[in-house]
Amino acid sequence: MSAPASLTEPVFPPLRINPELVRGILVGFIRNEVRKVGFERVVLGLSGGVDSSLVATLATEALGPKNVVAFIMPYTTSDPKSKSDALQVVQQLGIHQLEIDISPQVDAYFQHFPDADQKQRGNKMARERMSILYDQSWAWRALVIGTSNKTELLLGYGTIYGDMASAINPIGDLYKTQVWQLADALGVPTSIVQKAPSADLWAGQSDETELGFQYRMIDQLLYYLVERRYTVEELKRVGFDEAFIEEIVRRVRDNQYKRRLPVIAKLSSRTIDRDFRYPRDWGH
Amino acid sequence: MSRDGRLAVGLVQMDPALGDRARNLERHRQWVQQAAEAGVELLVFPELSLTGYFLKDLVAESAIPLEGAVMDELRSLSSGLDVVLGAVIEEPDHRYFNASLYFSQGELVHLHRKVYLPTYGMFDEKRYFAAGDRFRSFKTGFGRAGILVCEDIWHLSSAYILSLEGVDMIICPSSSPGRGVTTDERLGTAESYGILCRTYAQFLTSFFLYCNRVGYEDGANFWGGSMVIGPNGDIIAQQEDADEALVLANLDLGDVRRERLANPLLRDERLELTINELRRVWHERTRKPY
Repeated sequence: MSAPASLTEPVFPPLRINPELVRGILVGFIRNEVRKVGFERVVLGLSGGVDSSLVATLATEALGPKNVVAFIMPYTTSDPKSKSDALQVVQQLGIHQLEIDISPQVDAYFQHFPDADQKQRGNKMARERMSILYDQSWAWRALVIGTSNKTELLLGYGTIYGDMASAINPIGDLYKTQVWQLADALGVPTSIVQKAPSADLWAGQSDETELGFQYRMIDQLLYYLVERRYTVEELKRVGFDEAFIEEIVRRVRDNQYKRRLPVIAKLSSRTIDRDFRYPRDWGH
Repeated sequence: MSRDGRLAVGLVQMDPALGDRARNLERHRQWVQQAAEAGVELLVFPELSLTGYFLKDLVAESAIPLEGAVMDELRSLSSGLDVVLGAVIEEPDHRYFNASLYFSQGELVHLHRKVYLPTYGMFDEKRYFAAGDRFRSFKTGFGRAGILVCEDIWHLSSAYILSLEGVDMIICPSSSPGRGVTTDERLGTAESYGILCRTYAQFLTSFFLYCNRVGYEDGANFWGGSMVIGPNGDIIAQQEDADEALVLANLDLGDVRRERLANPLLRDERLELTINELRRVWHERTRKPY
């Protein structure tokens, strides 16, 4: 396997960030949004990947190691390297760590559906982890802190009400290539930043293989499409392959539902989130 | 004019609680007291300092009428020093304005209703607010002043009008959310406001007081960076970071006269020419057949 592009390849200039500036904003964000609603602590699922390692690092700086509780939640088929990477982050940050093997609860369920495919199983695993995190957030009097980055949110490359569920998300406006930059600058172990991104729902799974494109290229396209609002014609003129453009545009459009609350049938004059509009930080 | 030709200004770079007017009023009292102890004569709070910014449907319930107990309390803040603060004002006809109010010696001296309500990108002000319809200057104990709220200064004509009214000082209360992350040390927004404010100060040869808030609302960060700029465009004081702070500066009010002697831009301004040309442009635009 070729080395992933996280650190070895030059970053597309418009997506380069000043890590110190971003770090300050995100640490302040976590501190502010957690404390003003009466909490001190966060829980998160720590997979051993770069996204959750970065969030754990930011949360530790914002709230202190005693207020960050990491859950390592492997399944039978998870790569053992994921767990050892997660433990390395736990040790480096000095945060709480609990390991919960989700295999018994996932397997018990799929005894009813032995023919379920990998995707169905993967989504179930993500939702079991979510369910554990929300349960533990009650036990620890903590908020669930999310780890979805902007690239996967835009592509819908995540499980709705699974890994996409959280109370606050510090990295949801950072593209994957920006997550790599920030993680590297904040001291996330290089082996984690450099390893091939994977949801690790089954052995050998790779984000880039599944998506069919490299994050480096996807992020460049998303930059023009989302940040700069280029048309498809303009994207072609930049030099992107037509099939690539179509696939990414389709993914962003088709997954819009995952980024929204459920559609509510309108009846009254003030329907929630349509014409009943209050800020989330109401009174804080 | 103040007795010694100097003015001690303070900018309150604060983090208001969203939709909690009582708590914010209490915090205003504390800042006023702290500023008074520091000898401040003119104290500026950010846009919507009494309510927070992304109010959405909270606008109506956060609003205060121009007469009544709350306004009496606001007036009383200015017994010892002049105070500029931001509030939602409900008119008797139930229009709601994003307003900035200037109080002095227990009286409301001036009220500016924000004219340019950003309604694009992350902003939705026109959905909730009525727009002001004038830019007017007013007399203070420290010379003539004008107020422009945040987005107002992104329209060149607003500051230009105040300038031709002869202001010595433009006060800009702001709730500017930070965005635009690159390799630069500062956010894109901070960079733009720095350019804007210094340009106005230097080209209109006036003091410029920019007071921006800090904190977070629904994930958006407010970048602070409050600054006091002299009539030559130099920054006299600035809070570089996004922490709560009282930014202090001591102004030599004679700087305006000296700057305008050295750079008589205002004297040479061709008001009639400008009006004639603008009228022509307006006629040409409105004469289009379709």
